[in-house]
Amino acid sequence: MTSTDQQPFLSVRDLKVHFSTEDGIVKAVDGLSFDIARGQTLGIVGESGSGKSVTNLTILGLHDPARTRIDGEILLDGQELLTASERTLEKLRGNKMSMIFQDALASLSPYHTIGTQIAEVYRKHTGASKKEARARAIEMLTRVGIPQPDVRVDDYPHQFSGGMRQRAMIAMALVCDPELLIADEPTTALDVTVQAQIMDLLKDLQQEFGTAIIFITHDLGVIADIADDVLVMYGGRCVERGTKKQVLGNPQHPYTLGLLNSMPALDGPVDVPLSPIPGSPPSLLNPPTGCRFHPRCAFAEKVAGGKCSSAQPVLEVIDGRGSACHLETSQRDALFADYAATAGHN
Amino acid sequence: MSTTNPLLDVSGLTKHFPIKGGFPIKRTVGAVQAVDGLDFQVAEGESLGLVGESGCGKSTTGRLITRLMEPTGGTISYRGQNITHASRRQLAPIRSEIQMIFQDPYASLNPRQTVGKIIAGPMEINDINPAGGREARVRELLEIVGLNPEHFNRFPHEFSGGQRQRIGVARALALNPKLIVADEPVSALDVSIQAQVVNLLQEVQKELGIAFVFIAHDLAIVRHFSQRVAVMYLGKIVEIADRDDLYGNPRHPYTRALLSAVPEATVDENATARERIRLTGDVPSPINPPSGCRFRTRCWKATEKCATEAPPLVQISGNKPGHLTACHYPETADVIPAQRLSQDPESAA
Repeated sequence: MTSTDQQPFLSVRDLKVHFSTEDGIVKAVDGLSFDIARGQTLGIVGESGSGKSVTNLTILGLHDPARTRIDGEILLDGQELLTASERTLEKLRGNKMSMIFQDALASLSPYHTIGTQIAEVYRKHTGASKKEARARAIEMLTRVGIPQPDVRVDDYPHQFSGGMRQRAMIAMALVCDPELLIADEPTTALDVTVQAQIMDLLKDLQQEFGTAIIFITHDLGVIADIADDVLVMYGGRCVERGTKKQVLGNPQHPYTLGLLNSMPALDGPVDVPLSPIPGSPPSLLNPPTGCRFHPRCAFAEKVAGGKCSSAQPVLEVIDGRGSACHLETSQRDALFADYAATAGHN
Repeated sequence: MSTTNPLLDVSGLTKHFPIKGGFPIKRTVGAVQAVDGLDFQVAEGESLGLVGESGCGKSTTGRLITRLMEPTGGTISYRGQNITHASRRQLAPIRSEIQMIFQDPYASLNPRQTVGKIIAGPMEINDINPAGGREARVRELLEIVGLNPEHFNRFPHEFSGGQRQRIGVARALALNPKLIVADEPVSALDVSIQAQVVNLLQEVQKELGIAFVFIAHDLAIVRHFSQRVAVMYLGKIVEIADRDDLYGNPRHPYTRALLSAVPEATVDENATARERIRLTGDVPSPINPPSGCRFRTRCWKATEKCATEAPPLVQISGNKPGHLTACHYPETADVIPAQRLSQDPESAA
């Protein structure tokens, strides 16, 4: 295999997404790079306003170009998306790449039956007849585990329960066998028992079709269940990336460490207080100088010369693993071990 | 622990919301059985967690206890006084002792009032004039919840979500309550902020000795906060026990399934031994709940008996005192269910 054959399926390079607002420029995403291979799941973790959803809307080309400044490069299977025409994007959306949203009820049309909505996508991209498309819709509903699919295909979204709507959305997203599926908090609005069902379903479908999945969530537990690789975002930047095992098992950025330690575990100690991250997420209108996490960081003083507040740390990625922090690697292990010990949550 | 004289004693608590239909004269054609016969007690200074999925009636329970809603049946006693149908006037003195913290810190604070006015609101309504004046008390409360006391003149929009929730806590504390009902107090907050608010509530509970009814769907947070936990399903308590008993030795199949569905942020290979139970289908409609045991349509152990006979909430053999389970075929501590019969999730609809 030559090196060009190993080109990643989706490659995002130095992506910047800036919005002009009345109050100034919001730097929602500020220099983000990542790759994803076919059949892999990339989990993107971050809090509200960290830029995770904006990134994915950019990949799909769903921003209003009049109000948004986008720089960088997004290559999907070798095709540049940022400069692609709207027509090209329309052909790709729903076909080669598709998306599942958090709120299934808001994302489905209340005036059309589930079947028509799924069939429409299929007809648009394949030119199939109405009859074929309906058969395909029933097939997809069967695949995602809707009982009595030949009857439910004629139901409207309000006749479905929350979990079933999410399944119907997955069916719609997968009807053209996309190679890239973006799932933006697909289980956040669901109960835990239904969430578990949906995640099992996504994993099964991925095995079957070899789809690459970008899974956006704020829940590290969900990431641990579904992702292969993890990217942690904070204030529009990637602060840490690596395999799931590396990031969750051996975090190298104080933010990741803080997140992991602030959550109670089902088998953790109960009589010690939790270890929250102090402060609150930064405003992207006026982000902190230097490292965007430094005002909340427990280790900012350990770095000599106040570098954390003056210089932006560089994310150096070697073999898909890296973190953007000024701490020396040697310093880090001891400091992090101490932190985790005092936090008391293994 | 049910002490001889609990702070709050709820028995047979029921709330049915009528469904109106028909033309030209609207009649009651059915009822949403949101809460259907709850029995529980809360001791002074104790924290009781209420967990369950959406639609199980946990929020309705909170609103019934605080008498924001009129119960359909059953009794609520506060310090031995029956307040089930007490009038506004009778409730007035008790209202100051039972306070509530709401889920959405953006919707629960009046955007046109300063923080000082919001927190002093309960004192104004109850005509309470603390020594040193209301403003001094507001400053003191702001300090307790970890905000700058100089900020009493600011408006809610000047604060972040976590800070707003602190304002909500300060307001709830203003009248020195004995019981606080907290309805999903952290679920609207970012992960890194949740722990801040949980810690604050825990400090408040310990230092001021306030009893809590802590309503949440996050099992890990409930475990961290509550001494006793009740699991609800479709308007009924299916299991109630001390924290360690409930999480360590769950006897109701639903409790087990719920615990096994929580994704955990561990990649430790040794820890993957946790059993996984996958429930099929969704929670049935509370308008027409299944006969007998309400969980039977999703339960892998259900038999004829479950359809005909509703299991009582009792202390089953092998349970510690105070650990009550409503199941005909409770789980044993160690046996993992070998086979799960998948039920048609729609059979109940």
